[in-house]
Amino acid sequence: MTQHSLRILIADDSDTDRLILQALIKRLGHEVIEATDGLEAVEKFREVSPDIVLLDALMPRMDGMEAARHIKSLAGERLVPVIFLTSLSDAEDLARCLAAGGDDFLTKPYSRVIIEAKIKAFDRMRRMHDTLSSQHEEISARNRQLLEEQTIARRVFDNVAHTGCLDSPNIRYHASPLSVFNGDVLFASPRPAGGMLIFLGDFTGHGLPAAIGAMPVAEIFYGMARKGFSGADVLREINQKLKLILPTGMFCCGAMVEADFKLGQLRIWNGGLPEAWVLRRNGEQLLLPSRHLPLGILPPEQFESVMETVQVQPGDRLLVMTDGVLEAANDRGELFGLAGIRHCLEQVKPAGHPFDVVLEGVRAFSDKAAESDDLTLVTLDITDQPAVPDVSGQSLPSALAGPTEWRCEYEIRERTLGDFSPLPLLLHICLEVPGLRTRGGEIYTLLSELYNNALEHGVLELPSEWKRSAEGFGRYYSERQARLARVDGHYIRFSLHHTRKPGGGRLRVVCEDSGAGFDFRNHPLVSGETGEDIAPRYAGRGLLLLKRLSKNITFRGKGNHVEIVYDWNFSAHQGDGDDR
Amino acid sequence: MPIQTSLAEDGKTLVIRIEGRFDFSTHQAFRDSYEHAGPKVTNYVVDLSDTTYLDSSALGMLLLLRDHAGGDSARISIENCNSDVRRILSISNFEQLFAIK
Repeated sequence: MTQHSLRILIADDSDTDRLILQALIKRLGHEVIEATDGLEAVEKFREVSPDIVLLDALMPRMDGMEAARHIKSLAGERLVPVIFLTSLSDAEDLARCLAAGGDDFLTKPYSRVIIEAKIKAFDRMRRMHDTLSSQHEEISARNRQLLEEQTIARRVFDNVAHTGCLDSPNIRYHASPLSVFNGDVLFASPRPAGGMLIFLGDFTGHGLPAAIGAMPVAEIFYGMARKGFSGADVLREINQKLKLILPTGMFCCGAMVEADFKLGQLRIWNGGLPEAWVLRRNGEQLLLPSRHLPLGILPPEQFESVMETVQVQPGDRLLVMTDGVLEAANDRGELFGLAGIRHCLEQVKPAGHPFDVVLEGVRAFSDKAAESDDLTLVTLDITDQPAVPDVSGQSLPSALAGPTEWRCEYEIRERTLGDFSPLPLLLHICLEVPGLRTRGGEIYTLLSELYNNALEHGVLELPSEWKRSAEGFGRYYSERQARLARVDGHYIRFSLHHTRKPGGGRLRVVCEDSGAGFDFRNHPLVSGETGEDIAPRYAGRGLLLLKRLSKNITFRGKGNHVEIVYDWNFSAHQGDGDDR
Repeated sequence: MPIQTSLAEDGKTLVIRIEGRFDFSTHQAFRDSYEHAGPKVTNYVVDLSDTTYLDSSALGMLLLLRDHAGGDSARISIENCNSDVRRILSISNFEQLFAIK
């Protein structure tokens, strides 16, 4: 007796043959359904859907071969073994039975042993097929589920790592919609004082672990960029966080770009990504290679967050990419590589954009790269005016709530001058005043101009003339770094004082430093009426900005004590900065 | 075997040789190579003379080895890299963590 009972359809027009076979099979413990010709066999098959079908080859109305074709097509994905019953012995006839979809044949007269063996064998095959199909089904369902989950996870991720200002007209990027699961991340945020911060990262590994690592990076980046922290500050924070949460062996290659369009200045940090390219309008190219270990490897005290400073002009472009671009391979196994990029860049037409040319180039080179989309590419156009909306301009809350009458003093001293920027903290204090909240950009500019002036010219005594030439510019920043290590006995002190006045308020900021000061009485910008006639130079720019943004600016003492007065009104909104 | 290990004559330097692609597929074998090396081993040589390719997960594995060998005090040298492999190591600035020869 077989272990399980099968439902077996027998079709034979010979009553005796059918009876013999039927009796044989019933004795084996199976259920039998009978048909007397091909047409009836197909109908019965439709009605009872048997597990195995035994068909006589030659029958009236519809022969076995025709019936086999119908049955096989009705069965679809299901494996229903069809065995032909035949007294034919000609090899060609037997072959025709198999060609019609038969799986095997039984020759008359029947042998009980052979019938039993064949039924068992086909039952095994049938069950194996069922198992495979259901596993296949399960895998497909799992895969669908995984894709759905990824789409949802992507939506969650987007809420944390919104696109920021990636839509700005001067940014072009390519990142696959599910790129976070390839381990690639791309963020961009406007800075309160104007300019932008951009971060491109590439986590080792892919899938869930990479996506999870990306979440805190997004939060840190957007949280800090909005508050005015520098690229270096954000990098230190990201590195520390990733070092803490990622297991050894997992890390994030990345590049941070801090763009200041007003100063025509890019600051770049590259840890583990391929060279970033500065493409000058005049055709010159400057490569900025990775100079640091990737993020998440070094402990905070060993981490080096110094950014390289590059002078740029409107029309210049920056190109940054993940290694998916360089490692795109063609069908001969050759890599796109640096040579591929260089080749593409040579072909950029005057009206063309390197972004299009490089992306087209890598796609044309490698079909696989285009499919797997495991690459991220971003370009930043240097413009003469920041085309970025200010993020601090949230809706104006009740302007009367919140602190309006207050005073505070904050002083940083000694080594802290070199390690810490007080600007985010001071900005935070000022933005507690609801009426100042929509003016975050201006406040930040005022504070940072005062601070940078006090630090670079007051404490560090760096001559601003250096910044007028390209090589002096580099010297300026390396000297700045060197002198920051020798600030013993120095300080910078901020006194902030806010009062209410009819229709608005007044912020008074005093910034003092321990430096030697300067001869402000004879400085053309301080004594002059407007200063507009002076060609804008780096040296004068900061002072000019302070004069324009504030109601009043006063120098005292040796010139190391500056006071500005900033008035604001409820009626004046973000953007119309000329209301004073 | 794509990974072969041997003990140098001094008895305390483990030489790990990787053939072909050094990527995630060699993860387990690479770990086994140093985790079963015994307590006497204090120095490591990763010999990449027959390594054709190295990816970021291999960089991760090197960091794991570095941790295993004592982190900042680890004595590991990476030797005989071809130019492609060398380039990947230097993009990530691994010279700062390993002696690359």
